Amino acid sequence: MSLRRGRRRPGERVIEALLVAAAAVSVATTIGIVVALVEPTVEFFAEVGVVEFLTGDRWTPTLDPRSYGVLPLLTSTVISTFIAVAIAIPLGLGSAIYLAEYASPRTRRALKPLLEVLAGIPTVVYGFFALFALNSVLRGIWPGSDQPDFQNILVASIVMGIMIVPTVASLSEDAMTAVPESLRAGAYALASSKMQVAVRVVLPAAVSGIVASFVLGLSRAIGETMIVTIAGGLSSDHIELNPLRAAATMTAFIANIGQGDVPVDSLDYRSIFAVGSLLFGFTFALNALSIRLVRRFREVYE
Amino acid sequence: MTPAVLAAPAPSDPEVALTRRRVRVGETLFRLVLLACLVVAFAFLAWLIAFAVYRGWDRLDARLWQNMPTGRVSRIEGAGVQSAITGTLWVIGTTALICLPIGILAAIYLEEYADNERWYNRLLELNIQNLAGVPSIIFGILGLGVIARALGLGFTVLTAALILALLVLPIVIIATREAIRAVPQSIRQASYALGATRWQTVSRQVLPIAVPGIATGSILALSRAIGEAAPLIMLGAVTYITFNPDGLDSAYTVLPVQIYSLVIEAQAGFQRLGAAAIVLLLGLLLLMNSLAIVVRNRFQKRW
Repeated sequence: MSLRRGRRRPGERVIEALLVAAAAVSVATTIGIVVALVEPTVEFFAEVGVVEFLTGDRWTPTLDPRSYGVLPLLTSTVISTFIAVAIAIPLGLGSAIYLAEYASPRTRRALKPLLEVLAGIPTVVYGFFALFALNSVLRGIWPGSDQPDFQNILVASIVMGIMIVPTVASLSEDAMTAVPESLRAGAYALASSKMQVAVRVVLPAAVSGIVASFVLGLSRAIGETMIVTIAGGLSSDHIELNPLRAAATMTAFIANIGQGDVPVDSLDYRSIFAVGSLLFGFTFALNALSIRLVRRFREVYE
Repeated sequence: MTPAVLAAPAPSDPEVALTRRRVRVGETLFRLVLLACLVVAFAFLAWLIAFAVYRGWDRLDARLWQNMPTGRVSRIEGAGVQSAITGTLWVIGTTALICLPIGILAAIYLEEYADNERWYNRLLELNIQNLAGVPSIIFGILGLGVIARALGLGFTVLTAALILALLVLPIVIIATREAIRAVPQSIRQASYALGATRWQTVSRQVLPIAVPGIATGSILALSRAIGEAAPLIMLGAVTYITFNPDGLDSAYTVLPVQIYSLVIEAQAGFQRLGAAAIVLLLGLLLLMNSLAIVVRNRFQKRW
């Protein structure tokens, strides 16, 4: 008697096909995104040169003379991302070390849901908070005569930083909790203090996961839209290096032009997709990097 | 080592000798700095909630859900966000119907059926991880270019729901996979030993055990979808809609987009209504978050 199944089960095959189809939806999504981006982007570059796009210092698709240099959008994106990450990394990493190494299990159980709430606040609410609450405080206490604008990159970036804290904190904490207890025990046996264990043993051991959390935070900051659209401003007619001024990031431009009724066959419409391609390219590269880093820490300890 | 130390009398209680003798300032300071990081983050959360409640207090009454939005300053005091509330229910309900079955089936495939050594399954996994990190505004572009225009669905409830479903699909898949993975292998083996087929094992043994984990992940995914504004402002939601949606092909707006349109208006009346709508949205999200935590703590089995 053989152990192979006696009769065919067509039902099982049908179900398997259904499961594969469901999994294929995610692939179709990626293909859809690429297709949606590529065609209008190619048409855009038929009218606007790649060099003009990448090196031009005026982005005025709706004002005459029209100009399609992406540098103003890119500069604001880089500045806002930099400020946001400069806030999110220390706060997120500090929170993660506290939760992983210092907090008692009870405190951790109470604090982690709070971090989840922080992560779940809609970005449009953060934008409202940035524009009306934080900005009025910032303008009230700002020293010197160079007052922040009503909308400005600084206030949007600070709030964006707070928004990203849970991203950095939870992934870093995962990486630190994955460090085996024996490493800590070994360090304590050598008379290390708690801080020495955290900083010299656990942090280096968890470094790839921690760096992955930074990279993911960076990618969130680049792609964040509503906060910068509401609180960061929409001007893009010159390169603005001062974060106290209003300026449009790539995402703010897409959201702002995209919400109107843009005629489909216009250059304005295609410019959304050209900027979108650039944005997708950046975040794709960062995500790929963070996936690789996470995989490395999983391989080491799991 | 000095003889004096050698000559020191041995402590009677070894416990005492092992405790530290002096308080280390650096240690305490470090701990406080770490705690401060968390406190700063939570202080912003408290400030944000308090500010929204304070700004929207006057408008937190029945007008909010009984009346329709308006674009006119003269009528703003009588306006509400009813069409955005019904729009959110329509869009999120449809999103759930689309993304939960697809997400759960895809996760079953990846955990129970897929051979991880095959390149296409690895690619599938990488693809899902990457999709989870694609900015939501890019999904707006997908909706605008492919679903609304190329497929001709226009700016409707269905388009919005499809895009939100694709946006949160990776979250559903990743959460469901974790829930399925937590089911012990021995249960599957016992089922197979009794002659069950693969699908019988999955549907009668594995899935019932994984339900709490799947439910928690699904609630969190949907609460992300409820708060999402960026892709929908590109899909026609930024208009003052003065009627409730009556079908999948209906025009719509949703709470976060309605909030966006209100708070960017210059007059304070609009902003107050926007703040009240924010409180409503936050209340809804807190409710869903608590539900997820309750489900996770109450029903999840530990093995």
